Amino acid sequence: MPMVFEKTRGLTDRETHYCPGCTHGIIHRLVAEVLEEMELLDATIGVAPVGCSVLAYDYFNCDMHEAAHGRAPAVATGIKRVHPDLTVFAYQGDGDLASIGTAEIVHAAHRGEKITVIFVNNAIYGMTGGQMAPTTLIGQKTTTSPYGREQSHAGNPIRISEMLATIDGATFIERTSVHNPQSVRKTKAAIREAFTVQQKGLGFSMVEVLSTCPTNWGMPPVEALEWLEANMIPYYPLGRFRSPGVDRTSAAEV
Amino acid sequence: MEKVLMKGNEAVGAAAIRGGCRYFFGYPITPQNELPEYMSRELPKVGGVFLQAESEIAAINMVYGAAGSGARVMTSSSSPGIALKQEGISYIAGAELPCVIVNMMRGGPGLGGIQPGQSDYFQATRGGGNGDYRHIVYAPASVQETVDIMTEAFDVADQYRIPVLVLGDGMIGQMMEPVEFRDPPTRELPEKDWITDGTAGRRAPNIINSLYLAPQDLEDHNRRLDAKHRLITERETRWESFRCDDAEIVFVSYGTASRIVRNAVEMLREQGVRAGLIRPITLWPWPQAAFDALGPSVRALMAVEMSMGQMIDDVKISAAGRWPVGFYGRSGGMVPDQHAIAEAAVAMLETATQEVR
Amino acid sequence: MSEHKIICAGFGGQGVMSMGRLVAYTGMLNGREVSWLPSYGPEMRGGTANCHVIVSDHPVGSPIIHRDATAVIAMNLPSMRKFEAELVPGGLLVINRSLIDATPDRDDVTVVPVRANEIATEVGNARAANMVMLGAYLGITRLFPLSAVGEALGKVFGPKKAQFLPVNEEALARGAALAGQPVG
Repeated sequence: MPMVFEKTRGLTDRETHYCPGCTHGIIHRLVAEVLEEMELLDATIGVAPVGCSVLAYDYFNCDMHEAAHGRAPAVATGIKRVHPDLTVFAYQGDGDLASIGTAEIVHAAHRGEKITVIFVNNAIYGMTGGQMAPTTLIGQKTTTSPYGREQSHAGNPIRISEMLATIDGATFIERTSVHNPQSVRKTKAAIREAFTVQQKGLGFSMVEVLSTCPTNWGMPPVEALEWLEANMIPYYPLGRFRSPGVDRTSAAEV
Repeated sequence: MEKVLMKGNEAVGAAAIRGGCRYFFGYPITPQNELPEYMSRELPKVGGVFLQAESEIAAINMVYGAAGSGARVMTSSSSPGIALKQEGISYIAGAELPCVIVNMMRGGPGLGGIQPGQSDYFQATRGGGNGDYRHIVYAPASVQETVDIMTEAFDVADQYRIPVLVLGDGMIGQMMEPVEFRDPPTRELPEKDWITDGTAGRRAPNIINSLYLAPQDLEDHNRRLDAKHRLITERETRWESFRCDDAEIVFVSYGTASRIVRNAVEMLREQGVRAGLIRPITLWPWPQAAFDALGPSVRALMAVEMSMGQMIDDVKISAAGRWPVGFYGRSGGMVPDQHAIAEAAVAMLETATQEVR
Repeated sequence: MSEHKIICAGFGGQGVMSMGRLVAYTGMLNGREVSWLPSYGPEMRGGTANCHVIVSDHPVGSPIIHRDATAVIAMNLPSMRKFEAELVPGGLLVINRSLIDATPDRDDVTVVPVRANEIATEVGNARAANMVMLGAYLGITRLFPLSAVGEALGKVFGPKKAQFLPVNEEALARGAALAGQPVG
């Protein structure tokens, strides 16, 4: 019988610890598929963050580092400088990248570090139990914004892709989502593009993926996907902010 | 090799490159800046990489990445900067990565000052980071000794897969002294089959990690680390005992302070006071054996430090009630004076005599 | 037991650091224990520079000189004012008379005024004033023969600056001659 579908070799057989309906699984698979399809898997070193994807080192079927909270871009820098010919990626959440690790991500981009960052933005701290993140939307209730995030108290949610797009060394910046099959396909294309930029040695690349957290949002998975589309995308517009030879500071549909 | 006159900070850089270091990640801070400056000049010439990081935190995490990737790598800083690196040092110790860290100490706490100090003893030997870990701490007392230790440090780190801290101070970093570059003793080093350098389809993925979520797994890990620490204590403890054989008072002092104590010992001997010096060269592992070897002539110990008294805790543990332990210290960048040290020793001996009476 | 503790001080650019290094280097080449310690930090941002040099028969304890300098070589007025207090009684205070038109406060030290800038200009390099000062110091203390310093000069400055050697050696000799010592 002909094989019509096969699990990517980019992931191990380890069962993940992610909650039902969590979109980390999709994003892991997309990264792994791209690495396999580009035949990079055996020459790749990944960096896992602190947060829900802390155990990503058990799931990706390539050499991995587990980094301290927020420091993945610095760890990836150390790796890439030692192995400039290998592909290096960091996989980070929004607490990791947009809060405690802002210095590391900004300066990895500013140096034009030839690494690829997969930034999973679900607007909340998942692993620690649903606390407010810098990316939490105005009015969104979390365990540390129980009355809803207020601008006067906690500021407005931070738009990382837009911010990094102002940096010369950030060669490729795109924001995508995984709330429906079409957006999943676009995300995979963006991830492939990001790794291609690294392969060509063009500079820093990052794909921000809008993601859900049904558990901490307190919603069934399908409702969470709808909430993402209705609430996150208007504030975090999808699109390619930077690509080789193209500088754009406002989002546009790809 | 011919002797050359070299500034401590630059000599450290030269010794590191001689010791095989090819990667340096750091952030500027006085009084160690000549070291990263030297590395930025010299590493590219030997095919190495110098990178100025955005912070000490980033620098130590770059060290983590590079060490996990199989490189001989180092960072350097001074006291407040080393404080920032503690998170990374804990992770490096937990993931059992070899690297070398240099601390050219200055006075503290906080921003403190920029003149030499020894007030990071607790930070260096007790683990400024979280968790049940140790790392080797060398405390050289001259530019020559710093060079010898630095050349060997990368081998030691590789042999045990452990961070090695070389603890100098502003004086060691800034001063020029004659140095001779020598080859360290040969060590048998294990193969680095645990590094991440791409599987190339030939092996299962390697993982650099300090996370053990299951309590039993973490305890097993802690026991493994502990066994390693015991082995290092057994094999790598270093100290110098100077004129202790017939001594009635034995100073305990390391690094810059010990240079001055040595002169105080000579001075006291000329005055007829039988003084000696235990100079720990490794602060961890701590040279307990030096104390156990002391003879019946000893009536008192005296710790001399450029701090308000930190190493004295270890001296008291080692004395274990066998001798009274006195203290003389200067801090804030002030350097002890040999006359004052000698006076303090004489005063202590008098007190010890009265107590015996 | 002999121990020479020398503070060299002046404006940045007057060559006080290299003067000190030259003393330390000569000491090293002649089998003595030596240390050289520069001032660092904000202290050196104001345009003044100093270094502490120790040449000794036994291992150097503290490389810092504090109230026990055997000599201060002051290239300008602020340096003399700042460091004359560091001298031991009977110590040597070599001052650059070309730039210091004041008398020291200390009356228990030997003061050696040297018109270093004029002499340096006469030998053909205004920047050699530091060597004139050092020559005067060596002429009095006889710490090393001038020939030993000349040898060290070649090593400190390297082949790139070899053309300055003769001028520097002459500056040293002129300084030493001021102290009434034979050149040799």
